[in-house]
Amino acid sequence: MNPDASTVDTVIDAVSAVFMIVGAVMSLAAAIGLLRFPDLMSRMHSATKPQVLGLFLLLAAVGLQLRTWWVWPVLVVAWIFQLLTVPVSAHMVGRAGYRTKHLHKELLSSDELEAVVLKAAQAAKDAEPDGGASDSIDR
Amino acid sequence: MSRQRISLRQELPLLVWLVIVWGALWQDFSPGNLLFGALLAAAVARLFYLPPVELSGRFNVLRAIPFAVMFIGRVVAASFQVFYLAVAQGPKVTNAVVAVPLRSHSDLMVTATGHVISLIPGSLVVEVDRSTSTLYIHGLNVRNADDVLKLRKEVRDTEAGLIRVMGTKEELAALNQEVGA
Repeated sequence: MNPDASTVDTVIDAVSAVFMIVGAVMSLAAAIGLLRFPDLMSRMHSATKPQVLGLFLLLAAVGLQLRTWWVWPVLVVAWIFQLLTVPVSAHMVGRAGYRTKHLHKELLSSDELEAVVLKAAQAAKDAEPDGGASDSIDR
Repeated sequence: MSRQRISLRQELPLLVWLVIVWGALWQDFSPGNLLFGALLAAAVARLFYLPPVELSGRFNVLRAIPFAVMFIGRVVAASFQVFYLAVAQGPKVTNAVVAVPLRSHSDLMVTATGHVISLIPGSLVVEVDRSTSTLYIHGLNVRNADDVLKLRKEVRDTEAGLIRVMGTKEELAALNQEVGA
């Protein structure tokens, strides 16, 4: 093996090592966040978000180490699906959590949704049996 | 169930995406496999008919690349920020739910903005009001009115970036007018 190729190998190894460590640190951040944050909503932040970067770094490290071009499309598709699904799950849990009051109001510096939800709940009560608030979102 | 059919040209990005997924899953981008994938994609799009995604018909690659780079940069910065908050503040963190009215009324643009904002750590879409296209965003570490303004500006800037990449001509014109004014 000529020295050029081995230098390139070393660089690739080093880069993927850094990617893997930082990616793993992102998982650690998620775990610490889950333990430390006080309510469902702030936990959602740390539970869903570090994967975006952490998974990106880990997949990139896998791609660099396998050194075959045909794994890249799979990795990119895996990451894109993660990007498409993470916000949806976060939104569903967050929305349900807000409405079932799984959050600490005293930790909110401002809440511009509260009045809207109360109004919608009132409207729904007035217009039984048809629900009010969620109609604007459903098709 | 009388939904308006969309033209092949509007459907094409979706079909191309399905073919790419097919090829990636088989790890085989040979013409024969891609052709079969295209047939399957067309069949799937016909049989499992969903409400059409109304693309604007505009996609500016020159704007998309800086937007993607900026997005990755913000994800990196915000990931470490959330990590820092988890370690340093933990249970004492202060949050807020902020209403952000968006410019655009197209479903695609509201969804895309919500997605990008949700993917950046520290902000999460709690509720969407489709009739007024308002996003209600839960922000981590929003302590006072200044932070609220900053979060709102960030969301509106994200939307502006997305409009520049793939908004309709009308949205772009309105945005340019707003920036110029």
